[in-house]
Amino acid sequence: MFGKLTWHAIPWNEPPAMAASAMIIIGILAILTLITRKGWWSYLWHEWLTSVDHKRIGVMYVILALVLLVRGFSDAIMMRTQLAMAAGNAPGYLPPEHYDQIFTAHGTIMIFFMAMPFVVGLMNFVVPLQLGVRDVAFPVLNSVSFWLTAAGALLVNVSLVVGEFARTGWLAYPPLSELAFSPGVGVDYYLWALQISGIGTLLAGINMVTTILKVRAPGMTYMRMPVFCWTSLCSSMMIVAAFPILTATFGMLLLDRYAGMHFFTSNGGGNFMMYVNLIWAWGHPEVYILALPGFGIFSEVIATFSGKQLFGYRSMVLATLAICVLSNMVWLHHFFTMGAGADVNAIFGIMSMIIAIPTGVKLFNWLFTMFRGRIRFEVPVLWTIGFMLTFVLGGLTGVLLAIPPADFQLHNSLFQVAHFHNVIIGAVLFGLMAGYYYWFPKAFGFTLHRGLGVVSFWCWFIGFYLAFFPLYAVGLLGATRRMQHYADLSWQPYMIVAELGAVVILCGIAATIAQLWISIRTRDSRRDLTGDPWNGRTLEWSTSSPPPAYNFARLPVVDSIDAFWVMKQRAGAEPADPAPAIEMPRNSANGFLTAFVAVVIGFALIWHIWWLVILGLAGALILLVTFGWRERVPVEVSAEQLAADAGARQRAMVPV
Amino acid sequence: MAENGAVVGAASEHTSSGSFWTYTAGLGFALLLTAASFVVSQTDLLWQPGVAAGLAVLAVAQMGVHLVFFLHIGTDAEGTNNVLALGFGVIIVALILAGSLWIMDHLNANMLTPAQMMEMQH
Amino acid sequence: MSVYAGVVGPAPTRIIVGYGFWIFLLSDIILFSALFATYAVLQGQTAGGPSAHQLFELRNAGIETVALLFSSYTCGLAIVAIERRRMRAFYVCFALTFILGAVFLSLELNEFAGLIARGAGPARSGFLSAFFSLVGLHGAHVTIGLLWLIFLIAQTAYRGPVDYVCRRLLCFSLFWHALDIIWVALLTMVYLMGAR
Repeated sequence: MFGKLTWHAIPWNEPPAMAASAMIIIGILAILTLITRKGWWSYLWHEWLTSVDHKRIGVMYVILALVLLVRGFSDAIMMRTQLAMAAGNAPGYLPPEHYDQIFTAHGTIMIFFMAMPFVVGLMNFVVPLQLGVRDVAFPVLNSVSFWLTAAGALLVNVSLVVGEFARTGWLAYPPLSELAFSPGVGVDYYLWALQISGIGTLLAGINMVTTILKVRAPGMTYMRMPVFCWTSLCSSMMIVAAFPILTATFGMLLLDRYAGMHFFTSNGGGNFMMYVNLIWAWGHPEVYILALPGFGIFSEVIATFSGKQLFGYRSMVLATLAICVLSNMVWLHHFFTMGAGADVNAIFGIMSMIIAIPTGVKLFNWLFTMFRGRIRFEVPVLWTIGFMLTFVLGGLTGVLLAIPPADFQLHNSLFQVAHFHNVIIGAVLFGLMAGYYYWFPKAFGFTLHRGLGVVSFWCWFIGFYLAFFPLYAVGLLGATRRMQHYADLSWQPYMIVAELGAVVILCGIAATIAQLWISIRTRDSRRDLTGDPWNGRTLEWSTSSPPPAYNFARLPVVDSIDAFWVMKQRAGAEPADPAPAIEMPRNSANGFLTAFVAVVIGFALIWHIWWLVILGLAGALILLVTFGWRERVPVEVSAEQLAADAGARQRAMVPV
Repeated sequence: MAENGAVVGAASEHTSSGSFWTYTAGLGFALLLTAASFVVSQTDLLWQPGVAAGLAVLAVAQMGVHLVFFLHIGTDAEGTNNVLALGFGVIIVALILAGSLWIMDHLNANMLTPAQMMEMQH
Repeated sequence: MSVYAGVVGPAPTRIIVGYGFWIFLLSDIILFSALFATYAVLQGQTAGGPSAHQLFELRNAGIETVALLFSSYTCGLAIVAIERRRMRAFYVCFALTFILGAVFLSLELNEFAGLIARGAGPARSGFLSAFFSLVGLHGAHVTIGLLWLIFLIAQTAYRGPVDYVCRRLLCFSLFWHALDIIWVALLTMVYLMGAR
């Protein structure tokens, strides 16, 4: 009746899992109770859950990412604590079968449900504003994308309470991930959650590419777009190119597990090396999908806070496009040791080194932008300078690993783990934190508390080096990744320093949470009345904070790079004619309902509850037909409303 | 489907999607190329070792016929974006196919088969 | 580059929708290419079971090819008809598109059933897993296309050839032509090369 699902799926006899599950359930119930008591359901439904406004969707993506940052980090600190303890004969506190799920969940959550949503959320919020338009190309599809990502995140967290998660590492290599060696539901949770959110991400990529190429303000030619839009374009093109590979590969693994096929099995003619090949053909572009928007954020931040136009715009664009293409030509460096031989390894090793060149071009452009600028050391600039140092060091260890003979020593060691955290924390996390602080006032109308932002940065910066540089050392000494304990006692001091680093990072995360709490409570003292708190250069700063739903009453006419900066220098009179009425898309429950059905179908597939699968598919078909059939009538924003909004903004900008 | 009432555009344009003759010509070429592929693969008309290459060429030609005559790629003012997107897609597909084949060929030559590897576990 | 966006402002909706759908189709083709690559790698892995040469029937594949090609053709004619608002021609051509597509699908399902009955099902070997999923994914796309076609005929009859209906018909035709392009690759790589 319920497939494989029984009461034993709940981890009754595992106190840590029960404790974590209880915390999550109580937390969710507390939030639901609060919303009910305050009568916020109607507001939430009409203003957020069914919103097709790119700004609202962007904010929801970032909220999802921040919540899952806490979950992913809690996995990390559990691992660090275990390794600080489990030296020699000491067993630590986490048995191997739990430790395996924790490192798998850590990687899966951080990449798919923290970094990707954060990046997509910032792109969503910022790009239409920077392009001088009202929304993305397909607003309802945008909502569907967000909710499918949230659905995947939900399924991963359900695995904590009902059942188990995969124990295979975040990429679930076969044959370990095949049914013969992972008969439980863990790998199925992993696969279905990622297939569902993968579709959401692919649709978001299609949406963003179409928006940037076909929906721009009058006069905004390609070479007048902000660099963040270029990096968003290239990142989204890579999403469109890479995510289908992920879908196909996971699909084949699912066919192996559900239909007894032999793509990657160890018998019947399967070839598990093909899985590794395909998954990294996705996996390498994925890290650039995450890094490029980070680079774009740094470009915006450094130009704004140096008070100078970004140096070398053209070479920035070319470097970004080069990375976009080259990142599809290096993927074998993730499996040099699998045995493709010297010829193949050499080619991919050389390509991996070549891709460092356009990145270097970007770095020099940032440095030259700062040169002779009037630099304001606001929080985003701290993150940027922290990135420059950290990413370069991480990149150096990457070039080292790109040499196949060296990689044969270091593959799957903690040196490798330190490398990829070095580059991803440096480029992606630091970039996202910079972007979060930089664009927060635009989204909410008040700036974040500066002091706590500085504290958060220094905790992350110092904490990162404490946590990961010992791993370089101990990796060179022979420590491997994913180990639950180790025999060599001389490694323990390194692990303890690493644990200290994790605690310092925890303080950084706590500072960010405190910053949000305190900023909200004291928001009146930090209101952004002008819409331009940083003396910005790009069009998003020409709107009020937060912008009206339609962004611009009249689309701006652009004739140069840094369009808003040029507008400010000209300080011309506003056109006297009132803006004509405009049409905006109506809200839609499509996204939310699609994700609901996706969760039902995913859960049913995981537990082999076939009647529920059929019911869910029927529900999906009904939704598709219903939403497809409906006539979508846009909402009109009248000329009077536009004039009233403009008037209110003028009055708000007058200093008291 | 993907269309959900994007409101940011002006009134929709009425671009031509080709005529009866465009499609009929395309059909004719495609039928010819299909027949040719069958002939090449089933008879000795083409030098045997070249059959694979010949079939590939015919297939690519037929895909081109579809793209030009049925999909009207590159024929209108907005066509440059379409061609560039197609170009990018072709590069990616070529990398996946050629790259995977090259890599897997080497792996299969150097490594034990998966079945042999599992045998060693026992 | 684009004559609309960046010169006079955002492109018209029809262009935005067409381009977005084209990008989606390219992503779909990349999905197929991953399966093509897997088929190429696994085509020799018959695990002691039957091989391509023993299983594939070219006559069947030939009929399927012609059916799908003509289906693509009638679809194109249907789009020409609707743009000229010649509704009767549209319904006739679109119905023919469905019928020819259904012929393709039933021949393919028949082939699959036959293979499974002979013990050459997808779980038999790596080669057969790759074959069934590659050709089967194409068949699944054709199935979804046929269902979509029915929906579109109903919506066109109900709403008439309004803007958004015409945009959807255009998207359908892009989809249908793309499926024929993928079939060309399938025919060549799987059936013609396999039967040698």
